[in-house]
Amino acid sequence: MNLRLMAALGAALMAGPALAAGGAEILKSQCVSCHAVEKPANTSFERLWERKGPDLYYAGSKFNKAWLEKWLQNPERIRPAGELYSRHVKGSDKEDVVDESTMTPHVKLSKADAEAVAAELMKLAAPEGMVEKGAFKGEKVSMSMGAMFFNKLRGCAACHSAKAGTGGASGPELYTAGERLQSDYIYSYIKNPQKIDPHVWMPTLNLAEPDLQRLTGYILQLSASEGK
Amino acid sequence: MKTNFGQRLPLLLKSALLLGSSLMLAGQAGAAEAYTERALRNYDTYCVQCHGINRNGRGINSRDMSVQPRDHSDAKGMGDIPNEEIFRVIKEGGLAVNKSVLMPAWGNVMNDEEIRELVAYLRFVCKCGSTN
Repeated sequence: MNLRLMAALGAALMAGPALAAGGAEILKSQCVSCHAVEKPANTSFERLWERKGPDLYYAGSKFNKAWLEKWLQNPERIRPAGELYSRHVKGSDKEDVVDESTMTPHVKLSKADAEAVAAELMKLAAPEGMVEKGAFKGEKVSMSMGAMFFNKLRGCAACHSAKAGTGGASGPELYTAGERLQSDYIYSYIKNPQKIDPHVWMPTLNLAEPDLQRLTGYILQLSASEGK
Repeated sequence: MKTNFGQRLPLLLKSALLLGSSLMLAGQAGAAEAYTERALRNYDTYCVQCHGINRNGRGINSRDMSVQPRDHSDAKGMGDIPNEEIFRVIKEGGLAVNKSVLMPAWGNVMNDEEIRELVAYLRFVCKCGSTN
């Protein structure tokens, strides 16, 4: 066995375990500078302004794996005005607009890396009690009734978009939320956003149970009708 | 209003300057303590999304809203609303004062003290004095 072959063999052996641990490695090298993958000790108001991206330490209780795999390969903006929106808006002679010069594109991964990272993220379960398991009862919602609550009666459309190109921009688009998010996460977040993301700029509206079920169902169904 | 006098000034001169500046501050107490830093930060976090970075009611969300957010820089419009009503609309939302549901209740996000500070900040923004 010549020296070169031995070196190649050695390199292959070393690369072996690194490949197997790919998801965790990528998470460490590419994600943590903007996202918390462990519960932060500091959940202060100031931290909300300092962090560069949403927390991911409960990603496994938040996202659908298939969506993560797809999105990480082709990351498109979910929050029209970024996070946190106030840092990315500027005045104009009409409404405030997004200051595109402040927005940075999200890291884009290969298919293999996206799958490895998605698998790793799905291991990050939310702390006990953050997401109410089984809270969403899965009943079908009338879309016209859902839209009435979403747009008029509860005012969700002020900040969120239920259809591409319309609605508010300070919150994430919701026509893709059903594909993106787990139903119990949607329910729990609507019920008390600050319980999941302290100090976040979505109000806690003291919604009654039927409202929580209806809005969660509507958002899930939106994804099928308006989402891609 | 913090002034850094530096480290190397003689003590006597330093106290003289401090005395002078505190007298100055006392003279303009209203202006210097018009609002708290926390109120400004809360406004920038929760209010700007609809009421705008320029406090003029043209926030990033306002384009498609069926009822336009209040222009906080409008001295006349804001001057007509008593402090108590502003407090209530922030804490309990628009519906509590027969206004739009699009103004949500912030009482679960900010405590009463923070909301009172925000009312004072709004008075500063509208330059419309304080109405009881």
